[in-house]
Amino acid sequence: MQLPRFHRLRSAYYRLEGQLCSVCGAVQFPPRTSCAACRAGGLERHRLSGRGSVFSYSEAAQAPEGFAPPYLMALVKLEEGPVIAAQLTDVEPEEIEIGMAVEMVTRRIREMSPQGYLVYGYKFRPRIELEAEG
Amino acid sequence: MRDVFIIGVGQTPVGEHWDLGLRELGAVAIGQALADAGVEGVDALYVGNMLSGCVNGQENLATLLADAAGLLPAEAFKVEAACASGGAAVRAAALAVAAGVHDVVLAVGIEKMTDGVASTVAAGLATAADQDYEASHGFSFVALSALMMRRYLYEHGCSREEFAPFAVNAHKNGVGNDHAMFREPISAGDFNRSPVVASPIAVLDAAPVCDGAAAVVVCCRDRIGPLHEPVRIAAAAAATDTIALGSREDILTLGSAKRSAERCFAASGLAPGQMDLFEAHDAFTIITALSLEACGFAGRGEALRLAREGCISADGCIPLSTAGGLKARGHPVGASGTYQIVEASLQLRGRAGANQLAKARRALTQSIGGHGSIAVTHILEA
Amino acid sequence: MKAAREVGIAGYGAYVPRYRVLTEAISKTWRPGGAAAAAVAEKSVPGADEDVVTMAIEAARAALGRAGLEPPAVGAVWVGSESKPYAVKPSATIVAEALGITPAVVAADMEFACKAGSEAMQAAVAFVGAGMVEGALAIGMDAAQSRPGDALEYTAGCGGAAFLFAAADRSLASVEASLSYVTDTPDFFRREGAAFPEHGGRFTGEPSYFSHSLAASRRLLAEIGAEPRDFAHAVFHQPVPKFVRRVAAELGFTGAQIENGLVAPRMGNAYAGSSLLGLAAVLDVARPGERIFFCSYGSGAGSDAFAFQVTDHIEDRRGGPKVLDYLARRREIDDYGHYLRLQRKIRR
Repeated sequence: MQLPRFHRLRSAYYRLEGQLCSVCGAVQFPPRTSCAACRAGGLERHRLSGRGSVFSYSEAAQAPEGFAPPYLMALVKLEEGPVIAAQLTDVEPEEIEIGMAVEMVTRRIREMSPQGYLVYGYKFRPRIELEAEG
Repeated sequence: MRDVFIIGVGQTPVGEHWDLGLRELGAVAIGQALADAGVEGVDALYVGNMLSGCVNGQENLATLLADAAGLLPAEAFKVEAACASGGAAVRAAALAVAAGVHDVVLAVGIEKMTDGVASTVAAGLATAADQDYEASHGFSFVALSALMMRRYLYEHGCSREEFAPFAVNAHKNGVGNDHAMFREPISAGDFNRSPVVASPIAVLDAAPVCDGAAAVVVCCRDRIGPLHEPVRIAAAAAATDTIALGSREDILTLGSAKRSAERCFAASGLAPGQMDLFEAHDAFTIITALSLEACGFAGRGEALRLAREGCISADGCIPLSTAGGLKARGHPVGASGTYQIVEASLQLRGRAGANQLAKARRALTQSIGGHGSIAVTHILEA
Repeated sequence: MKAAREVGIAGYGAYVPRYRVLTEAISKTWRPGGAAAAAVAEKSVPGADEDVVTMAIEAARAALGRAGLEPPAVGAVWVGSESKPYAVKPSATIVAEALGITPAVVAADMEFACKAGSEAMQAAVAFVGAGMVEGALAIGMDAAQSRPGDALEYTAGCGGAAFLFAAADRSLASVEASLSYVTDTPDFFRREGAAFPEHGGRFTGEPSYFSHSLAASRRLLAEIGAEPRDFAHAVFHQPVPKFVRRVAAELGFTGAQIENGLVAPRMGNAYAGSSLLGLAAVLDVARPGERIFFCSYGSGAGSDAFAFQVTDHIEDRRGGPKVLDYLARRREIDDYGHYLRLQRKIRR
């Protein structure tokens, strides 16, 4: 990925920053120049919570160059509504179920080359279990 | 708007053409189409191609082919719509004739994928997806279709094995097509045992990487001659949908395919039931199923029933992939849409050889790019 | 040392990855004849998509969330580590961007081997204490490499914690005092360009770890006029559990006092994250009014000693995963080759 392009994407990649439409209230991610729901232009920056569920998933037999295996891809339905493409992490393929609750974490998406820059961005993992409160 | 007719077709065999580059491949298909049409020159040439830049290092492709095929100084440019480029090139050619701007136009779909190693080709194919929000997260072309298939299995409570008829049917028809890449039949067992590429998609769900070029000469009614077997383009339409799969209104509805098909049926006054064959964009079995549903041959989630009941075979109600489809004839990505038009034309002309259908008067062809972000649909009539 | 105004920890967060390499797997490769008893049974290692930056972001997010402070309140962030992904390019700016605290923020990385994290704590105390910023984040995090087959490979673990310092009246634990005790002692180091560190074997013990930890601890106790029994908890840097037990005993702390902060038995030595993770584990269970003694150690060499007092705010600043929740999250790796691949010691 080209460095200037990655730089432009950092608020979306690092913070899952999308948009809130001030006209119709829809939340959208990825960001656009107008609201996909009502076509209006009153969009404000909006940080999504990162909570969602697995809508679909796939395990690739091979990871493309620069990407870290194991390699689990998913469509994640975020609690605000948008469905986004993202890798799953900290989970084994046999543990995944459509509908399982996941949360956003910031992880290394890829290194551009062994000496090249690192692309960080959102992935999703199963919510961490908390011990019963004592 | 004038009526548009196909008066000549040409195609190279689909395969790994180590000894033919873009020039040579294009010249073969173009030469055949011109000969079939009985013309030596054309008013314009539109070239459908997706990967010539990133895989072959060659842009300005239409100029290259016009030069190589002796068609200078005709108007020529490349038309790109991901895997629908081949269909888009025919659409561009037909539009020029329909609008009265040109009388005889050549559309060529061409792809030379084997010049790239697997990782280069994969990266090239991924350029059809949303770079920022899909490809750069490591989502391959296959992965996005895999996500659709997994969701389909989940929502409709079916299994991957139920998709076997699409692949089996395609390969069966490939046997009878001299130009097909794969000429051997496969069984449902082969399909079920096929190694996984991106779960649940396996090798035999997917069309192969390959080379090929197909060409079509279109013209206005005045230019039809006594030796021609003209096929009329009864309707043509294209439509788009969100580039990111997750942004679709319904991930399991190919909105672009649906809209373009509906407009074709409305413009021609025809219905799905009147189609004698459907050259669908069977790049993956899931896309085949979703295409059948999008074009109105089956309701949402019902396409597998058509497969199960044998409707898609040559003697069924909607024969699919009659020359092997993208699956067995092969999927030189930017060329496939043009191959579909060539194959459908040959069917309607009664020249489909071993695969000739008994009844072939109307054909539906549909070329899809980017997992349904762009679809180009044609209805051809003999 | 005391800052001009009272400061304390307003929020904290920890991170340990879920992967555990059984040290038995390392033994099998390097001592096929028979394994010597390892100091720890398993150690944590980062996943293929994790590094100091990703782990620091998670810990820092938790710290910010628990503190109940908004991003603009954080005026400084330091990441202390000896395994930063970039030799030149700060990890702290990536963390800052991920938290949404740019651009009006002081951000930098710190290095002092295993005490780079507590180094960041000293700086945070100073900036807040001087009234220069409202909140300052100190992060200690490591995914340190160790030479294959070396003694350190059996204990070099992964993880760390983040502490958001702010004014004491907002804090869950106020800082009573701190000090640094530093000499030039090359017990363990890594040259520019070298993949793995070198260490001085037994020299890393008495003249290094013990000498500095003991001196710093005794000086701080003297400065604040306290004795070990005045503290409910004591946290030390944890290269191996046995070092912690010995330094505690020599100072006069009991096993009960060090127990909650001793995380190494379950995950190995997290280097710059080690003592901070121990402190986070203590804060997970500490009660209002309790005093906490803290002394880190970093090769090169030096110790940072701190004394904290827990406030009433602690009870409602513990939302989200605790250190024990991270430790309970385990995925075993019993194959040395798999471990090498995850650690990027072998590459395609």
